[in-house]
Amino acid sequence: MPDSLPADSVGIVTPQSYHFDTPIELACGQKLGNYDLVVETYGELNADASNAVLICHALSGHHHAAGYHSMEDRKPGWWDSCIGPGKPIDTNRFFVVSLNNLGGCHGSTGPNSENPATGKPYGPEFPVITVSDWVQSQAVLADRLGIQCWAAVVGGSLGGMQALQWSLDYPDRLRHSVVIASTPRLTAQNIAFNEVARQAITSDREFHGGRYYDFDTVPRRGLMLARMVGHITYLSDASMGEKFGRELREEAYKFGYDAEFQVESYLRYQGERFSESFDANTYLLMTRALDYFDPAYEHDGDLSRAIAAAQCEFLVLSFSTDWRFTPQRSEEMVNAMISARKKVSYAEIDAPWGHDAFLIPTPRYTDIFTAYMDRVAREVGA
Amino acid sequence: MRPDLEIIQQWVKPGHHVLDLGCGDGTLLDFLQRERQATGFGLEINPDHITTCMGKGVAVIEQNLDTQGLDNFDDGMFDIVLMTQALQAVRRPDKVLDEMLRLGREGIVTFPNFAHWRLRWGLALSGRMPESEALPYKWYNTPNIRLCTFKDFEALCRQKGIRIKSRRVVDGQHQNSWSARLWPNLLGEIAIYRITRENEQ
Repeated sequence: MPDSLPADSVGIVTPQSYHFDTPIELACGQKLGNYDLVVETYGELNADASNAVLICHALSGHHHAAGYHSMEDRKPGWWDSCIGPGKPIDTNRFFVVSLNNLGGCHGSTGPNSENPATGKPYGPEFPVITVSDWVQSQAVLADRLGIQCWAAVVGGSLGGMQALQWSLDYPDRLRHSVVIASTPRLTAQNIAFNEVARQAITSDREFHGGRYYDFDTVPRRGLMLARMVGHITYLSDASMGEKFGRELREEAYKFGYDAEFQVESYLRYQGERFSESFDANTYLLMTRALDYFDPAYEHDGDLSRAIAAAQCEFLVLSFSTDWRFTPQRSEEMVNAMISARKKVSYAEIDAPWGHDAFLIPTPRYTDIFTAYMDRVAREVGA
Repeated sequence: MRPDLEIIQQWVKPGHHVLDLGCGDGTLLDFLQRERQATGFGLEINPDHITTCMGKGVAVIEQNLDTQGLDNFDDGMFDIVLMTQALQAVRRPDKVLDEMLRLGREGIVTFPNFAHWRLRWGLALSGRMPESEALPYKWYNTPNIRLCTFKDFEALCRQKGIRIKSRRVVDGQHQNSWSARLWPNLLGEIAIYRITRENEQ
């Protein structure tokens, strides 16, 4: 990678692992006796600890949101476009905390970690984690870091669900909740796509009921298929069309079933790369957390009653071509906030990239995000 | 402080919950939040205005009155619904007025008077669609598709059972003038109406 680091990069960052040995009670009824969370931070915490921003990651995300781990890195963190000096989440003003969630596979305790009870990886014994469980563990992390109240909790997609859940579970511990390209609950179609992904994984012969670690193998093909189908839902028809069209890898049809179209080889490539670096059990866990998320469920489906508990201000953003979590899903959330008399701002950003648009710095997205976060910073004196 | 905002803020009580339809860059809501501890939302479709509102801490929702309506707001949830200089730009001003008084106990509406003498004079003399400071567009690109006069507006209110609680007529700079008070429909450029349902106090 870069010979020199860009001026608006947080630079070289080093993840840090925190160990917790107070048991955490999970929604499923189980307890996790002790666990680790891997965390990156950018910027400086101010004297009254009022300038902290929590970044919540999406399905395949992790703690490495910004900067580089070494000068050899090919790419920066997954949300480097929005986090850094002078960027929307300005690290000259904010202290930014980004973690790998519980159940993840990038260093925090998850299915591929050792189960202290058996001395072997948890595998299928690892409890199913919910968005609320993540928020609880993030609150424990905030205690450890000396952060009583976040200036903002920010997330896209599954990360946005955590930002929303924060406002309900710990209403007095955040000033702003920024919910981007998200939804208050999955639709049947969303769950259906998740189910296809899970079936791809669990029906792989190498899955071994989730105990593939014991057999020194991974369900690579299943994970690859899961990622391929997921990836399609992150892009829009138009953006796929523009990127690949019907372009062939060679000049003519070969009348066979190999990857002949560019889009086929792209998906296979993406799936393969992913299957080398991601844990299959974590993928199952993350998709289930998505399925279960539904804060209105305990309030007879009335989202505005669920949101009544919130005290923070909200920024909700959606993207015009996102068909995974459409603008209508964001508007549902906004309308519930309006009904509950919460302070909320909302914009639908015109962008051609489908769900992935929340990772891509289009001018209007950047402008709005910057203006909002600038005001958050002024509010906390950062 | 713009004189029209000065007039409007007198009608907003401390802690009022306010909806501003076509809130622009949020100047009015920002003022009401700070000076009147009002809460509430602005609706806007101009992207730059929306960004400016967010930077100011004004809660703004991107929502188009013409295509999306106001169904997402509950009956009577606001004390006051405001609409400054936007009535003439919506497709169905009559329906917007109904909606304003469904959502709020009181409405405040301001719009330019198409019967102002300079517009009448311009049309009479040149035979061309009039332009003015308040209406600076050409006929083919104007967002102001539902121009009306004070008399027109008041007739519509009568027809709909809307009571006009008060009316202030000002000139293009939003200044009071004795002449506009005397012959409002001829000499007034902008009117600020405070309206409510007949049965409301």
